Amino acid sequence: MKNISRRAALQIVTSAPVAAALVWTPAEAAQAHEHATTAQAQAAKTATPFKPKFFTAHEYATVVVLVDLIIPRDARSGSATDAGVPAFMDFMMLDQPRRQVAMRGGLALLDRLSTDRVGKSFLNASDAQRRQVLDEIAYTTNPDPGMRHAIAFFSSFRDLTASGFWTTKMGIADLQYQGNVFVDEWTGCPTAALDKLGVKYPNV
Amino acid sequence: MAAKVLCEAGADVVMLEAGGMWDAAKDSKMSAWPYDSPRRGAATPARPFGEFDGCIGGWDIDGEPYTQAPGSQFDWFRGRMLGGRTNHWGRISLRMGPDDFKRRSVDGLGDDWPITYDDIKPYYDKLDRLVGIFGSMEGIPNEPDGVFQPPPKPRCYELLIKQAADKLKITCIPNRLSILTQPLNGRPACHYCGQCGRGCATHSNFSSPSVLLPPALATGKLRIIPNAMAREVLTDDSGLASGVSYVNRTDRRDYAVRARIVVLAASACESARLLLNSKTSRFPDGLANSSGVVGRYLTDSTGLGVSGHIPKMEQSVPHNEDGAGGAHLYMPWWLDNKTLDFPRGYHIELGGGKRSAPSFGVMGGIQRFNGVGGYGKSLKDDYRRFYGATVNFAGRGEMIPNEHTYCEIDPNVVDTYGIPVLRFHARFSEHEINQAKHMQETFREIIHEMGGTPMSSMPSKEALYGLEPIGRIIHEVGTTRMGSDPRTSVLNANCQAHDVKNLFVADAGPFVSNAHKNCTWTILALAMRTAEGIAQQRNQGTL
Repeated sequence: MKNISRRAALQIVTSAPVAAALVWTPAEAAQAHEHATTAQAQAAKTATPFKPKFFTAHEYATVVVLVDLIIPRDARSGSATDAGVPAFMDFMMLDQPRRQVAMRGGLALLDRLSTDRVGKSFLNASDAQRRQVLDEIAYTTNPDPGMRHAIAFFSSFRDLTASGFWTTKMGIADLQYQGNVFVDEWTGCPTAALDKLGVKYPNV
Repeated sequence: MAAKVLCEAGADVVMLEAGGMWDAAKDSKMSAWPYDSPRRGAATPARPFGEFDGCIGGWDIDGEPYTQAPGSQFDWFRGRMLGGRTNHWGRISLRMGPDDFKRRSVDGLGDDWPITYDDIKPYYDKLDRLVGIFGSMEGIPNEPDGVFQPPPKPRCYELLIKQAADKLKITCIPNRLSILTQPLNGRPACHYCGQCGRGCATHSNFSSPSVLLPPALATGKLRIIPNAMAREVLTDDSGLASGVSYVNRTDRRDYAVRARIVVLAASACESARLLLNSKTSRFPDGLANSSGVVGRYLTDSTGLGVSGHIPKMEQSVPHNEDGAGGAHLYMPWWLDNKTLDFPRGYHIELGGGKRSAPSFGVMGGIQRFNGVGGYGKSLKDDYRRFYGATVNFAGRGEMIPNEHTYCEIDPNVVDTYGIPVLRFHARFSEHEINQAKHMQETFREIIHEMGGTPMSSMPSKEALYGLEPIGRIIHEVGTTRMGSDPRTSVLNANCQAHDVKNLFVADAGPFVSNAHKNCTWTILALAMRTAEGIAQQRNQGTL
């Protein structure tokens, strides 16, 4: 290590934390876990299941499956359905009606593709089969021109899923956003944050 | 501002407000979390900047259309609430500099103002003391310093931006925002929630209802009539203004207020519309329009933005980055146009990081970060990794008035109140297009210097290098411009109509040119000067 250049050292430092920084302190993990379990408990407590106003029963069941494939539960937070994303999507379809045709058509496109590839609707396909279909439409790098409409639909569906998930209490805690509080005196950013970027306040 | 000054000078003032009453202390959604609403902060028709935004209005208002001449696009943002668009702005409070009042003398384009920086400087000073503004003394010749409160420390990524700017020799200094960092005139200092745009419930930033109306109302001289859609300025037999007729939006009936003096402050285009709609046999082309100049010389700031993904900012150390409601640093114009292929400057507004709670649209277009999109566990980790790892730069530049950009009355269309609407003509010239190219190249250079990647490709010249449509920056000015020659201007140097001596304009209509310094501070200083001038003329018996 003695002769390692500063540049190389920096590269090690900046690439290593990608995995490391995802590890939470026990308190943070507990907090995120609490949000996740509260959301699940609330969902379970609801006696009558959510009745979509825009989606048909089949579409809604498909949405429920699809959003959790996009944002699954993991050690840090719950899944998209834990965060109520399908109900959020149903609301947004009514609130922003310009989205309706693309959503309905996109789900139809998804089923058609699924039937073509694995002989079943997306909802009736197995987990492995669903992933086989998603592998064709979830990556914008897929060069197949025949997939462009399905890819466009999925990208927009993924964006809406992200909006629905990361704006919940659970999602905001997961992203470690720490603002929206009253601050008596603005003292700037903490030293650790400055150090990470290699900057400092002048004359301090 | 005019109402405040006139009330304090002893005048009885009636203010016609096209929208409803509003007080940020009780009506603002300042501290709302996205999950407090099922739409998570997304835009609504009445709030295009998001449902929690502090401004009711927008580019499309139900029942109040405006039209475009063929081939033109002008987007007209209107506020419909007490305080109007002072509820919608970035609190960026820049003075125009000495050169900005005499551009024709500097580069031969446009026209000089009939007043100089020295004429308006005392009003800028008074304004700073009255409203409160933070900033730093820099001594840059055409970016005059003001009476500043201390600026807040930059956010960490803003220091990173400054590092890159320093390297590229781009001036990067503390921002100048009308947000209190120290208590002033009974208003508490900022609490750094970053949500100025939603309306400050503690009145710690500037909006007209927070700062100017309370002292005006305290005089007992001000009467505000809400939901009053002004229709026409009335005149008497001698050709003087005698009042304003308006439609009450609630009962849709016509009313009128009589007045000795009429001050228009409805916004540049709305005031021009009022004058053009005030047609009589004596004023067949509209009131105060013997020059034919009302509606002409319309400009907006030029504007475009570029975002960059900055790997260094990934996995940042979690902390509260909200700060004051805007950037803590900005970049004033730093070059000499004599060496460039466009005549006027721009400044750079910056943003980035985790400056407010994740809201509708958060992390949209993840494929722009990770290159692929994807799904599942790795996608979820990508969202965490890239959240907040962006910076964005927005240019705000000077547009030069041109003969193709103006507003007039549409001969066929009326609004829901039966009032003829505006038709817009709008076109950029090579000056703005070349300036836009320079903005794009500069922002991309800064992003590269930061080790990042621009998140959009360079737009083509055919796409005007990404220039926002005229009107989109909401800095429209110039439609009732001032000047010393009544043949080429609407108002004299006191913002008083050449044709009608008891008619004044106190919005951005009087501007002769539209320096890249966001127009609010000059509107306010000019309105203060105009209103003091009215009081003085009244006291002298000349009005």
